[in-house]
Amino acid sequence: MPATMPAETSTEPPDSDGTGALLTYVLRQGDRSMVLAQRLLENLAHSPELEEDMALANVALDLIGQSRLLYTYAGQVEAGGNAEGGSAADPSSQPHDEDHYAYWRPDTAFTNPLLVEQPNGDFAHLITRQFLHDAFAAPYWQAMTASTDNTLAAIAAKAVKETAYHLRHSRGWVVRLGDGTEESHRRMQVAVESLWRFTDELFEHDDVEDRLVRQGVAADPATLAAAWRDTVTSALAEATLDQPSDAHMRSGGRYGRHSEAFSYLIGEMQSVARAHPGASW
Amino acid sequence: MSSDWPAWEVFVRARRGVGHVHAGTVHAPDATLAVENARDLYTRRNEGVSLWVVRSADIVTSDPDERHSMFDPAADKTFRQPTDFELPPDVAHM
Repeated sequence: MPATMPAETSTEPPDSDGTGALLTYVLRQGDRSMVLAQRLLENLAHSPELEEDMALANVALDLIGQSRLLYTYAGQVEAGGNAEGGSAADPSSQPHDEDHYAYWRPDTAFTNPLLVEQPNGDFAHLITRQFLHDAFAAPYWQAMTASTDNTLAAIAAKAVKETAYHLRHSRGWVVRLGDGTEESHRRMQVAVESLWRFTDELFEHDDVEDRLVRQGVAADPATLAAAWRDTVTSALAEATLDQPSDAHMRSGGRYGRHSEAFSYLIGEMQSVARAHPGASW
Repeated sequence: MSSDWPAWEVFVRARRGVGHVHAGTVHAPDATLAVENARDLYTRRNEGVSLWVVRSADIVTSDPDERHSMFDPAADKTFRQPTDFELPPDVAHM
């Protein structure tokens, strides 16, 4: 395995180089957290209650914190070293910082799953998107606490508590609204139906995951899928909601194929940083 | 919509060994969400290790109109206060 790797952020499935696989993998997780946080923050001041606005802002801030750690690590990986003190390809070169990945990549370079970029609808839609994500993220970070990559395991140790709470909160709402009034039940069923087609992508695996799972770096998507389905099935049953069929699943986000609405989301997120490069506040 | 959601009084315990102290109020449709809302509003800066919530409507209060007969008689009972005791010099943290 060559010691150096061209410093580029590719959205293609990586070649056989381990650094490329790790970088791609770390960015996928960072993008997932970042984009979902951005969608949540778009909704700020539009929750049904002030208290719920606070709750969702807290969730978003947790997610941004996770993506910051992941992006910072991505910079170290891309620079050719790793957090365990591996030798940098070029000691004089500065690794990309977290802002590079958030603000200076084009929309097509983001590798988040399509679920988390889905535009905000009503509150039922927002909380269902959150729940379908959290049901993945909670077991994901739990599994990642055992990662053989020390940095990812350390990030997981922090994230696992945060996401366990996110799941508790979003699951509570799914049950509350699904098993609520006729109108809230109807809206929840519509939300579940419209978002279900984006859930398979959470468990997709290509050469990146397959390689890192073998090394014990990444959580096994197959195991996560089983945990996710248990969580979702039980919550939907408790919420008296029908579980949709698995037909017509969508994917492509991890290869930079996003919806049109995604470009506006990223454009807005990046506008200040790009209008005032290097500014600090 | 706040009229739809009842108010809950929030009590926070800052650390083991001290009591829960009233912190404020949240709105929530049920007890579970009251605890979650209290967590997000009153412990977001590391203020607590334990939370109580109780529906505001369930709090029984003293009558403000009775406050003179309730509380004024304690005003001149200075012998109930420890101010006349002299502390030994070696006693700290009193």
